[in-house]
Amino acid sequence: MSKLKIDPKKCTGCGVCVRSCSFNALQIEDNIAKVNDDCTLCGICTESCPFDAIRIEKESFGGMDISLYSGVWVFAEQHRGEILQVVYELLGKGKELSEKKRCLLTAVLFGEDIKAEIPKLFAYGADRVIYCENPVLRTNLEEDQTRLLEQLIADHKPEIILFGATGFGRSLAPRIAARVGTGLTADCTQLDIDPESGVLLQTRPAFGGNLMATIICPEHRPQMATVRPGVMLAKDPEVPADEADADRKTQEVIALPWIDSASEKQGIEVLQEILSKRTNNIADAEIIVSAGRGIGSQKNMILVKRLAELIGARVGVSRPLVDIGWSEYKNQIGQTGSSVSPKLLITCGISGSVQHLAGIGNAQTIIAINSDPDAAIFSVADYKVVGDCIEILKKLITAFEEEETRVGR
Amino acid sequence: MKIAVCIKQVPSTNEVSMDPATNTIIRDSRQSVTNPFDTYALEQAVQLKEKLGGEVVAISMGIPGTERLLRDAESRGADKAVLLTDREFAGADTLATSYTLALGIKQLGDVDLILCGKMAVDGDTAQIGPELAEQLGIPHATDVCEIMEAGPKQILCRKNTDWGTMVLRIQLPALLTVSKDINLPRLPSIPGVLFGLTAPFEIKDAITLEADPGRIGLTGSPTQVVNTYVMQRRSEAQSIEGEPASQADKIKKLIKELL
Repeated sequence: MSKLKIDPKKCTGCGVCVRSCSFNALQIEDNIAKVNDDCTLCGICTESCPFDAIRIEKESFGGMDISLYSGVWVFAEQHRGEILQVVYELLGKGKELSEKKRCLLTAVLFGEDIKAEIPKLFAYGADRVIYCENPVLRTNLEEDQTRLLEQLIADHKPEIILFGATGFGRSLAPRIAARVGTGLTADCTQLDIDPESGVLLQTRPAFGGNLMATIICPEHRPQMATVRPGVMLAKDPEVPADEADADRKTQEVIALPWIDSASEKQGIEVLQEILSKRTNNIADAEIIVSAGRGIGSQKNMILVKRLAELIGARVGVSRPLVDIGWSEYKNQIGQTGSSVSPKLLITCGISGSVQHLAGIGNAQTIIAINSDPDAAIFSVADYKVVGDCIEILKKLITAFEEEETRVGR
Repeated sequence: MKIAVCIKQVPSTNEVSMDPATNTIIRDSRQSVTNPFDTYALEQAVQLKEKLGGEVVAISMGIPGTERLLRDAESRGADKAVLLTDREFAGADTLATSYTLALGIKQLGDVDLILCGKMAVDGDTAQIGPELAEQLGIPHATDVCEIMEAGPKQILCRKNTDWGTMVLRIQLPALLTVSKDINLPRLPSIPGVLFGLTAPFEIKDAITLEADPGRIGLTGSPTQVVNTYVMQRRSEAQSIEGEPASQADKIKKLIKELL
């Protein structure tokens, strides 16, 4: 079995590891660290030890024959026949990975009426497209698509598969990972190829956001990861150079026939799908004005909304405001709400818990307004405004309103 | 209806900081708590039992100390609790964890419904639900916000999607992960707390579960952490000073430049 090993020659009994452990699994006995049954092998202590005395010894039963696997795949999720933006972002990253691995980048597309979307996948970097088109695939369902991908993985043996961490992607990817018995890393913020071993380096926030962990899947294939929308960058689409180029590309299209499953009974039936008018998902918002407890009173939400309206922004809130009912969950930013990646984020009265900061790491520019000069939010902000956020909001609103009236005339 | 509810113990704080002197990670280790999302799963299970009859079993894979949280679940309406605990389970990633939980659930006998929180607030992967369903070979739905009808053979529920909501009919046995809008979890009652103290509580280890040693704990985990580091902070923020009016002016200019 795998174990935590403490090197008695290196351990000085300093106790740093004891303080680093959140499970109280370490104590110092006779000037040396000892591990107890509460250890979860999380690895925090191995990083914390100043003397490099702690390591995790992993017992291996061997994985699979990984030499058979090659190629980078991107799962091209679509909704009502339209490919999601996150797919193009994944293709941008996938291209980079496939160039490092010197292999093909394949996009996999399932849906009802999707053939017209295929050229876009090539434009954004795919070398090959595998698709399956059938009315059954109109609505994304885990059971159907797990079966299709399982078959494709068995036939083509891809080395890496990337999924968008959408509602559906976060449900489908683990189902597939468990079916083929491989690892899956959720919500990666960085992906790279290790130049020595060639494995996929998957980096994601761990333990709440200010600590990052790099995760690998060394002995199992495919290596699977999900990435939140807005985290990676799509490359500029390339139009085919000429007709011959376009032709050459369309030859790299594989149609997978839909076969009804006789053995697998459908456990889930969609009775109704309610598409709310695109509520302008906060995760996609380009400009956000967000509010936290520091706004003091529910009536001040009007000011936040007014400023947002004036500059064409969405309103976001920190979790406490949702908990006390000043705003709805769909507006919540942070670890248990939405991760956002706006061009501009203006925070009003948000102190910046790590859970909140975990959701705003991808904002391009942050202007933070808070009365406490030591608030954690300022550690991630680009512009620090110490002051009464209500006063400043009122003045800002006046300034923008004046301009609006001037323009109006 | 027999319902299993998966419970995870999570640290009560996610705060980690660096000790600048030694450049090492200091983690404030306060008492751990039940993953908040799991309390909604438990409440939903108890409400279904109250309506349809049956039994609610709280199950967790964790360190021995997780007993406290499972007894708390019993004080809130679970009839019994099972803790899967063994040094061999340590270091499990989501695949090894879902395998282990699946073994525990299979040993409960004919479970009709498995409820999980939509995610855990420490790892935030949301993978255990779908992976566990796959290990058990049953359908699953994530992010369920309403149970509209429940019978012995099927459930009608509403789930959140990126585009709105979806109403699903699911054949049982099945697994659902629930969101926070599904209910309002109750507090333990005094009789509940007393029940929790003496309620049926079982501990199972790798041998009792007849677990394949190559599929549990770190050994059975395809993924492993190779490096952890504290996220680099942005360069020092630029300060915007002055009276509120002049601060507002400067912010306005900045907004115009940036947009």
